[in-house]
Amino acid sequence: MIHIVKRKEMPFAHAMAIRFGVIGLALIVCGIVTMLTTGLSPIDVYGTMVSGAFGTMRKTWILLQETAILLCVSLALVPAFRMKFWNLGGEGQILIGAFAAAACMITLGNSLPAPVLILVMLATSLLAGGVWALIPAFFKARWNTNETLFTLMMNYVATQLVAYFVIVWEVPKGSGNIGIINQSSEAGWLPTLMHNKYLLIVLVAIALTVAMYVYLNYGKQGYEIAVVGESPNTARYVGIKVNRVIMRTLVISGALCGLVGFLLVAGSAHTLTTSLAGGRGFTAVMVAWLAKFNPFIMVGSSMLLEFMSSGAGEISTIYGLNHSFGDILTGIILFFIIGTEFFITYKVVFSKKGAEQHV
Amino acid sequence: MLCSEGENMKVLDNMVMSRRSVITAGLLGGAALSLAACGGGSDSSAGSGEASGDFKVGLICLHDENSTYDLNFINGFKEAMSNLGIGEDSYLIKTNIDESDACYDAAAELVDAGCKVVFADSFGHEDYMIQAAKEFADVQFCHATGTKAHTEKLDNYHNAFASIYEGRFLAGVAAGLKLQEIAEAGKLKGKTPKMGYVGAYTYAEVVSGYTSFFLGAKSIVPDVTMDVTFTGSWYDETAEKEGANKLIDGGADLISQHADSMGAPTACENAGIPNISYNGATVDACPKTFIVSSRINWAPYYEYVVNAVKDGSTIDADWTGTIGTGSVELTDVNEAAAAKGTAEKLEEVKAQLEDGTVHVFATDTFTVDGKELKTYEADVDTDPDYTPDTEAISDGYFHESEFRSAPYFDLQIDGINLLDTAF
Repeated sequence: MIHIVKRKEMPFAHAMAIRFGVIGLALIVCGIVTMLTTGLSPIDVYGTMVSGAFGTMRKTWILLQETAILLCVSLALVPAFRMKFWNLGGEGQILIGAFAAAACMITLGNSLPAPVLILVMLATSLLAGGVWALIPAFFKARWNTNETLFTLMMNYVATQLVAYFVIVWEVPKGSGNIGIINQSSEAGWLPTLMHNKYLLIVLVAIALTVAMYVYLNYGKQGYEIAVVGESPNTARYVGIKVNRVIMRTLVISGALCGLVGFLLVAGSAHTLTTSLAGGRGFTAVMVAWLAKFNPFIMVGSSMLLEFMSSGAGEISTIYGLNHSFGDILTGIILFFIIGTEFFITYKVVFSKKGAEQHV
Repeated sequence: MLCSEGENMKVLDNMVMSRRSVITAGLLGGAALSLAACGGGSDSSAGSGEASGDFKVGLICLHDENSTYDLNFINGFKEAMSNLGIGEDSYLIKTNIDESDACYDAAAELVDAGCKVVFADSFGHEDYMIQAAKEFADVQFCHATGTKAHTEKLDNYHNAFASIYEGRFLAGVAAGLKLQEIAEAGKLKGKTPKMGYVGAYTYAEVVSGYTSFFLGAKSIVPDVTMDVTFTGSWYDETAEKEGANKLIDGGADLISQHADSMGAPTACENAGIPNISYNGATVDACPKTFIVSSRINWAPYYEYVVNAVKDGSTIDADWTGTIGTGSVELTDVNEAAAAKGTAEKLEEVKAQLEDGTVHVFATDTFTVDGKELKTYEADVDTDPDYTPDTEAISDGYFHESEFRSAPYFDLQIDGINLLDTAF
């Protein structure tokens, strides 16, 4: 008989040693796969990935910005996840926030002074994202609908809404392309700090990481979220208004996704497309899970994924390999990481007669 | 944010050092850091992007070689580089670059890597290329399919296209010959020959393309009609396949497309309906139904620009490649699917287009709302209100790609039926 048994708490240092060892193992497997399939030296390939991510100041800043954006999405999802509310609607919430910001930039770009415009954009983005998440939360709280499906479907609604307005605002006619909004006036663009167009978003992510950590671990609301996540009945018993907590938490989650949409439109892309969220709403789910919902560890997991992504781009440029090859390497590494977590949490027990084993 | 290469290397060294010490300290940093330490030991980490002094060229692509559109650019680029004697270490191709600030970042990185010329292949890249051009005045930015170079008036920003409407017209002639053959065999689905066309958007580039294709076919079979459907995407294999199937169900005897996946050609091969392709031959996947394909060969443009940069001459703000420059090409005719004598007829019409005896958009070959056009103001200068600004008809034909390189023919002519115009 084979049993899977939950381990007793493993010492932290021990667990970390295993984690790093496994990453080393993953790199060796990636290396073997690289050699067998491409004939390239894995050391060269890894080196190229590093130079793709950190090779110049600009590349480093781009990596930091991408990490910051992905991290913000993960931070947005975490309160919902801690409550065991599976918000898979990050993509749509980002997009609707981006849509709100772009709508303000296009319609109010000439009529409001810049700081006011940016504040209006921020407010509408937060509101739009919040509402987009509140709708499934309301249905969950009121009728116990399945939030996974509901939030997923809201993604499609957001995409179609954006697709419609892209055609309303497209330039030139029929092109399906809005282009950079307010390119000459830069109305509604976030300012560059210290001549660095990437810095502001990175700072926002740092602030949000700390704020989310404090909110979840040291506040009353964070505690309520944890209790509702563990057991809604217990929460009710101790007098927590569960429905209110669900809706409040999802408004926060959606509003922060909306904030990401705002950052994308006002801070980096300055345009609106249906692919603007770029799958971050889903990648962030992985980031959050890999980090076991700890905001500080999420910094590492989001950077890992962005590093692999920029590395994949670089090896495709330097070696002419398809991006999919980078995805394969990412897959191998994630497979090992997730596998490790399983073996750190559980152990496999082989017993001869099975019946005597009490677990 | 411009660093010299020496500085870049120093930064890289410092970062590797600091990363190593982080790891020896045993702090949590995830796999990224250990990966970094692994690569840091090797001197090859800089790749080929750091050697200075030689002449470098960069290309930014929306997708990768799995898209027929991008593959066509990549093939043209490699052909040009090989003709120019620019080795693999001296050109860089960035694939899967979104039409967002990712394009600006990619352009800036190519400049950092030493590129003197940066090309981009997708319409939505244009504004980000302009942004980069304004920042890096000593680098030339050349954007295919864009519309703004002639109004932006930057010395280092340029648009290019080709008179692909001539190629589409020729492809239409091949279609007309095939329809004629089907009609003579008594195998038309309806009473008159009907074609189907899968377009991406209702954009002028697509309108110009399907109209020239239609007029080419009409020059052979005057009673031909055509249904057009739009997918709302430049690359959506499922939508293109469904669009083609819809057209086939609607009675189309032949299909062509202006979108970048294998969706429509595959649907045609499955249904046994002849297909006129775009961007390049799809004969390998569709041996029974592929007739011919028109394509833009971008190599002549790339060679023109690189040579101009090398000898310091001016690059046109708008450059339109033609049959004469070798920019507009037809692939080999697939004899297994094409009507007899197609290749010979195409040579004949091609010569007429080149010597000007045939104009694709001759106003006596088509009508709009039943009337022949004498005058038409086209929207050549891009603006949010789509203001018509330039008289395009004179000497009995519509002057396409003369006032700017990107097509601006957007008339809905009689005989072409748009099934949907949502996009």
